Amino acid sequence: MLRFLTRRVIGAAVILVIISGVTFFLFFVIPADPARLACGKVCPPETLAQARHNLGLDHPVAVQFVSWLGGIFVGRDYPGLGNCPAPCLGYSFVNRAPVFETIIDRLPVTIALTIGASVIFLTFGVATGIIAALRQGKALDKIASISSLVGASMQIYFVGTLAMYFFVYQAHIFPQPKYIPITEDPVGWFNGLLLPWIVLAIIFTANYTRMTRSTMVENLSEDYVRTARAKGMSGRSVVMRFALRGTLTPIITIFGVDLGQLIGGAIITETTFGLQGIGRLSVRAVDYSDLPTLMATVLVAAGAIVGMNIVVDALYAVIDPRVRLS
Amino acid sequence: MFLEVNELTVDFHTEDGVVHAVDRLSFQVERGTTLGIVGESGSGKSVTNLAVLGLHNPETAKISGSIAFDGQELIGASRSSMEKLRGDRIAMIFQDPLTSLSPFHTIGAQIAEVYRKHKGVSRSSARDRAIEMLDRVGIPQPKLRVDDYPHQFSGGMRQRAMIAMALVCDPGLLIADEPTTALDVTVQAQILDLLSELQEQSGTAIVLITHDLGVVANTAHNVLVMYAGRAVERGTTHEVLREPRHPYTWGLLGSMPSLRRPVDLPLAPVRGTPPSLIHLPSGCPFHPRCDYLKLLGKEVCAGDRPELSPEHGHGDACYLTLKQKAELRERPVEETK
Repeated sequence: MLRFLTRRVIGAAVILVIISGVTFFLFFVIPADPARLACGKVCPPETLAQARHNLGLDHPVAVQFVSWLGGIFVGRDYPGLGNCPAPCLGYSFVNRAPVFETIIDRLPVTIALTIGASVIFLTFGVATGIIAALRQGKALDKIASISSLVGASMQIYFVGTLAMYFFVYQAHIFPQPKYIPITEDPVGWFNGLLLPWIVLAIIFTANYTRMTRSTMVENLSEDYVRTARAKGMSGRSVVMRFALRGTLTPIITIFGVDLGQLIGGAIITETTFGLQGIGRLSVRAVDYSDLPTLMATVLVAAGAIVGMNIVVDALYAVIDPRVRLS
Repeated sequence: MFLEVNELTVDFHTEDGVVHAVDRLSFQVERGTTLGIVGESGSGKSVTNLAVLGLHNPETAKISGSIAFDGQELIGASRSSMEKLRGDRIAMIFQDPLTSLSPFHTIGAQIAEVYRKHKGVSRSSARDRAIEMLDRVGIPQPKLRVDDYPHQFSGGMRQRAMIAMALVCDPGLLIADEPTTALDVTVQAQILDLLSELQEQSGTAIVLITHDLGVVANTAHNVLVMYAGRAVERGTTHEVLREPRHPYTWGLLGSMPSLRRPVDLPLAPVRGTPPSLIHLPSGCPFHPRCDYLKLLGKEVCAGDRPELSPEHGHGDACYLTLKQKAELRERPVEETK
């Protein structure tokens, strides 16, 4: 297990460097010049050159990338801004704020959004999936199937906007969504995020319902489930201990992917509800050609997905003893 | 009588129609004896025994008749009383021990679980019992192997573990559904020996479902031959194998490879295919495949359904007279055609 993890973490680091590299070089293909943006409306050539120098854009792209990468591990010095200690993600081109701090500031919003929503959609999705599987062909199954189809075809900007209109502005059931740190006010934190959680969950639940239902139906006809019944296990323990066990693997798989993607930034959700998370940060970074911020958000997104993949693979071995990690 | 099945009928309602899986089947099993149920795939052997355990989905399977186990009627018994019975007094082992054991739990846990469920003992004494059972079925180093998962066992060992799991509560009746089909021949013999040995020790009644007459010959006291959900022949193993009366039983015996048979004599499989259980042939369900149809004529064989006769002892469901059967049995099939 330890060897497996070490190997995977090293592999992940390599992948992240490659992704960063590709993003970095792609940035310079875009016909946008951050130096010109920083320089302002009236921009004499010498000011432009100065701006370019200040932003560190006057070096070859490869050199810039290496200094960026080095900054993460050992920190780096910025002319005029002083030393940026490791892990240094540079300073924003737009407001010269240290990017690392911005990320640390924004990440809790995205993580809170992700975790809250995933608790809801995982619980509901799996529960409705089990019920639908046990009530195959009955009214409950049909309701679950139809609503999951409807849920899956919904878009967050549609459901979210409607929910905002009816529940926040018209009925005043929910407060205006906002992020309050849990350390400051746990109740406010919960209330401020509840609506985004529910809306996000509506869309994601469908996947889990369908996945759970189909694998559960399959598993219920497995020989070992029949054996469990033949040895007198009660219906409940047959379902929970035997049939459900086999459905965990596919559920964990899609859950890992979803979680990774959400941490990488629920861009549309954050925009719909006006939450200042990683997703909105990344969109702004693109808009303003803010290379350091952009790189940081890419790193978070890629890191979340790669990291979740490792967690999922490790979990496979915990769930299924036939999986041996080496 | 320990297990007495009377006029058992199992129908499945499907989109294509009603599948008559078992049709008015009756048989008995006494304590300490083995009944071999023989027939082709789809002849209703497994369906019958899943009905004994009450494992059919009550929404799709319509079951009627009577299954009396040690005086208790099982058809229509409550779910909780069936759960109490299953694994404790009636146990079952299945064909493929790899898929029949849960891949997610250790062998020991799966055995101990049954014992705990039915005997309400502590975790540790259930574990001790699991180790004891593994030892009894001949698993070497049971104290170490008890924590293994099924995939760490060989095929034969898995079936031994299955048997240990089935017998952990000392059931009065063991239903073995093709317990050796998935195993190779040497292991097959070991498993059958083990079953007989355990039966001698504990007096368990065994219902052995198989399509292999060789298995029946070595282990069963009585035999029931099934065709298309019906009993076509019943008797002691000796009677049925030495003096088979039903043309289908002859067919089964003729399609069996044997070391004593001359090499140049081809196997004589039963011609044709088993009938659809939705549209069963009228009369004797075997008549479309029977080589002796012309001896009696289609009107007879496709007319009324032949009943198993005589009612007790060696009986079969065929309109041929005993004398005809005795004569035909002595002649190879070719001559009568």
